[in-house]
Amino acid sequence: MSAQTDLITADTGVTALNTRSLGSLTLRRLFKQRNALLGMAILLALVIVAALAPLIAPYDPEQVLIGIEPVERRENPCIHLFGCPADKPKHIMGIDGNFRDQFSRIIYGTRISLFIGFTTIGLAVIVGTAIGAFSGYVGGWADNLIMRLMDVILAFPSFLLAIFIITVLGRGLQNALYAIAVVNIPVFARLVRASVLSLKEQEFVSASRALGAGHFRLLFVRIFPNATPPLIVQSSLSIASAILEAAALSFLGLGAQPPTPEWGTMLGSERNQVFTSPHLVFFPGIAIMITVLAFNLLGDGLRDAMDPRLAQISNKK
Amino acid sequence: MRSYLVRRFLMAIPVILGILIVTFTIARLIPGDPCHSALGEHATEAACASFAARMGLDKPILVQLGIYMENILFRGDFGDSIRYSRPVSTLLIERLPVTLELGTAAILLAVLVGVPAGILSAVRRNSGVDVATMMGANIGVSMPVYWLGLMLAFVFAVYLKDTPFALPPSGRMTAGLLPAPFYEVWGWNLARGSFAYLIADFISNFAVFNSIITAQWEVLKDALAHLILPAVALSTIPLAIIARITRSSMLEVLGREYVRAARAKGVAERNVVMKHAFRNALLPVVTVIGLQTGTLFAGAVLTESIFGFSGVGRALFDAITGRDYPIIQAFTVVIAIGYVFINLVVDISYAFLDPRIKLS
Amino acid sequence: MTSVAPYIAKPTTGKANSPAQLLDVKGLKTYFFTEDGVVTAVDGVSFSVFPGEIFGLVGESGCGKSVTSLSIMRLVDPPGEVVEGEVLLEGEDLRLKTASGMTKVRGRQISMIFQQPKSSLNPVFPIGDQIVEVFDIHENLDKEQAWQRAVDLLRMVGIPDPERKASAYPHELSGGQAQRVMIAMALALKPKLIIADEPTTALDVTIQAQILDLLRKLSSQTGTSVILITHDLGIIAEMADRVAVMYAGQIVEQTDTRTLFANPLHPYTQGLHASVPVLGQVKDRLEVIPGSVPNLIGVSGHCRFAPRCRAREQYGLSICWDVEPSLISVDPGHTVRCWLYEDHEGHKPPLKKR
Repeated sequence: MSAQTDLITADTGVTALNTRSLGSLTLRRLFKQRNALLGMAILLALVIVAALAPLIAPYDPEQVLIGIEPVERRENPCIHLFGCPADKPKHIMGIDGNFRDQFSRIIYGTRISLFIGFTTIGLAVIVGTAIGAFSGYVGGWADNLIMRLMDVILAFPSFLLAIFIITVLGRGLQNALYAIAVVNIPVFARLVRASVLSLKEQEFVSASRALGAGHFRLLFVRIFPNATPPLIVQSSLSIASAILEAAALSFLGLGAQPPTPEWGTMLGSERNQVFTSPHLVFFPGIAIMITVLAFNLLGDGLRDAMDPRLAQISNKK
Repeated sequence: MRSYLVRRFLMAIPVILGILIVTFTIARLIPGDPCHSALGEHATEAACASFAARMGLDKPILVQLGIYMENILFRGDFGDSIRYSRPVSTLLIERLPVTLELGTAAILLAVLVGVPAGILSAVRRNSGVDVATMMGANIGVSMPVYWLGLMLAFVFAVYLKDTPFALPPSGRMTAGLLPAPFYEVWGWNLARGSFAYLIADFISNFAVFNSIITAQWEVLKDALAHLILPAVALSTIPLAIIARITRSSMLEVLGREYVRAARAKGVAERNVVMKHAFRNALLPVVTVIGLQTGTLFAGAVLTESIFGFSGVGRALFDAITGRDYPIIQAFTVVIAIGYVFINLVVDISYAFLDPRIKLS
Repeated sequence: MTSVAPYIAKPTTGKANSPAQLLDVKGLKTYFFTEDGVVTAVDGVSFSVFPGEIFGLVGESGCGKSVTSLSIMRLVDPPGEVVEGEVLLEGEDLRLKTASGMTKVRGRQISMIFQQPKSSLNPVFPIGDQIVEVFDIHENLDKEQAWQRAVDLLRMVGIPDPERKASAYPHELSGGQAQRVMIAMALALKPKLIIADEPTTALDVTIQAQILDLLRKLSSQTGTSVILITHDLGIIAEMADRVAVMYAGQIVEQTDTRTLFANPLHPYTQGLHASVPVLGQVKDRLEVIPGSVPNLIGVSGHCRFAPRCRAREQYGLSICWDVEPSLISVDPGHTVRCWLYEDHEGHKPPLKKR
């Protein structure tokens, strides 16, 4: 049946147009990217706030205002615009249980949360990448053993494992950081290992090897750059959950200790006052939410932007 | 099919052993001698001696690990709580039902709201409903659960006080309300401490279930009212994640050729979505429901301590505060093993959802 | 854009004596409103299908033939939209039907067979159930009766051991078997028209012939008309009574199959011919049509084939770049869209017969 020659290839172009409906995908991508843009904007604002905290915050975050200003313990927010008497000092988020200006504490808290997010996940990425790259590159029983260990760590709900690790290490912000880093390692190890495995056999890597490239050179020059995009996406999403978990640990009294202006700690120490002074619970929670939201939006947007299927369709045009 | 199930069961065993090894190892890393970390700082010499003998502390480390595993797996013996001075296992019998009931309510809520929201979002993609749902989901996963819990408690107990919407902010039940356990109502005569008693006691601690089977409607009403806020708080994150995964899975499936083929043979749009597409979209949704159920129980630590729920989460919280290591260790193990089993159930459900799995 | 007067050819094969056309597509336009612009995937397509005939629609990928079929079925997904034209099934315009009215047409009066049989069957339901569903939607049959008829259908399309196979899942079938199941499903209610969109492209060459035979046999038995969409002229030669050649969203030539092979008029059709190897005929090399299908954004205002047309260069025609040709009748039952045959102010068609 030589007449069956595929002179004209299958009708893939139009099929793709129909089933995946090109335009709606583009629309969706735009919609997602709008999310990513929003995430980036919030993140940028947070970084600026963190950097300029001393300029923005009207008070030192740990300064007790008793005797300095006529303030009451856990006083409600005083905003002149909303009818607070002009002779009272302005405290837009009110006063906390230790006579401190909550707004200043929230502002400084930005520094701590961003620091937590970047250091924990930075550590997890470095260690996880090393483990995953080693495991995937050497293969064999070592690979098997390492990956089973990662499976076991993933078998725990991560927050619970973090609690358990801290009870052993002892409470405190630094140990909380280690705990969160540890529970985040397996995700990155798996991710990098998968990339290494899939890239190891590809032609350009074989070609480099044939040309005499050394193991490290191969890993760093050839394999890592290809594993980077999924790492970036996962990092952004992991930072979001790391900030959330760190705040929860601090809330439980396991992380940052008072008087550190950490949002979770602030929430935890005023939790019993929620019925009488809800502002002391409300604002730290909102701050956590906005920060976590920024990283989540960014991570989602990046993932969609990097999705190979989407990329393929945009190339077609 | 059967071999698939058997294989999945067997695969769970090394994971459970791994969990025990990891918890054992971490526990041994606790600074100080194991006796004082397990029995508390004020343990007597004599108590320490008997503890050392029981745990085989004089024996090689691997033998100790063996004893540890044997105690947990074959005797259900997790040691004694320092704070409560009684076996951790009895605490589990008393408290696990409370947490299970809360967790079930939360996951039901998450599924019943999240799945329809995800489907609606997918069917009307890029509509106002879709944008709003997805923004809501993004906010949902970004919210600290304990903060939401506190805010809900404030709104429903203080702000809406004296309205029909007021809800109790704490406790499993109104103080003083003592529900009769079903075995007493039914006149069963169980010897205290017997195995049957333990089982019956365990079951009767499911407050909602117990009050339904014994027709104690006032108790049921009270128990449900106390359940709503914590369940809502606990369900937020799973709900958001389930809605998102349902949406993306549905979108993927709705673009498939068999969906178009179904339309081409005259299937009404409603059935195209609910029958042809949804059945196929279920797999990732079920996976996520399983994963979220696991994380839910970890989230119970925070939710229960906020709402004064005397479940395992609260016990764990108290244990953290009181450095009650046996409880922390035991509950970590129990929840992790529960997590493994939930994932097992999820994997097994695949075989029923997707005919292609039976072959492989 | 020149609007095209619907041209209705009388069937030249004696098969159908009934003069009334079953399906009449007039000036159909389906556009995709993408961010990059409006894709004119189907741009003024008109053709008719007579009862009992096999009508071939041939063209390269992306020429709009699949979109044409989906437009008839009203299954074009957004951002695609049928913007103009009529689709008359026995005189009734399908475009005016309600959504629920349309579901009654699908599967019952017009059914479809797709290119990828295995992915067109729902993986989580047994194939028997998927056939039963057709009866379930359109006829009130009780479960057992419907199942029995599904088994009968499977036997009819040549599935071995149909009683047992009816409970099989799609992944347990070969591609050829899956396409037989699709055909069984399409024929379940003896529809008036089947649209077969590249029904054999995904199948092995040996299976292709079997499936085509089956399709031809069953459609002639039931008197069902078929719109056969393909890129393969070989299939057209074997199967079709009449053919329309599509290029870039338009029909460029339409006639009966014999004439199309004996006397192709459009340079594109001629190019398609030359690029198909013929058994026993030794050529130094197969001809290829230079270039590829244009991207269908903003292509109006000139002949869409002009960029790839050798005849245009050969005859030195400039009008091809300035004015869009229309579909004109050159012989009874033979239409073509080309300036080689069409008059225009200041343009003398070089090949016009007279």
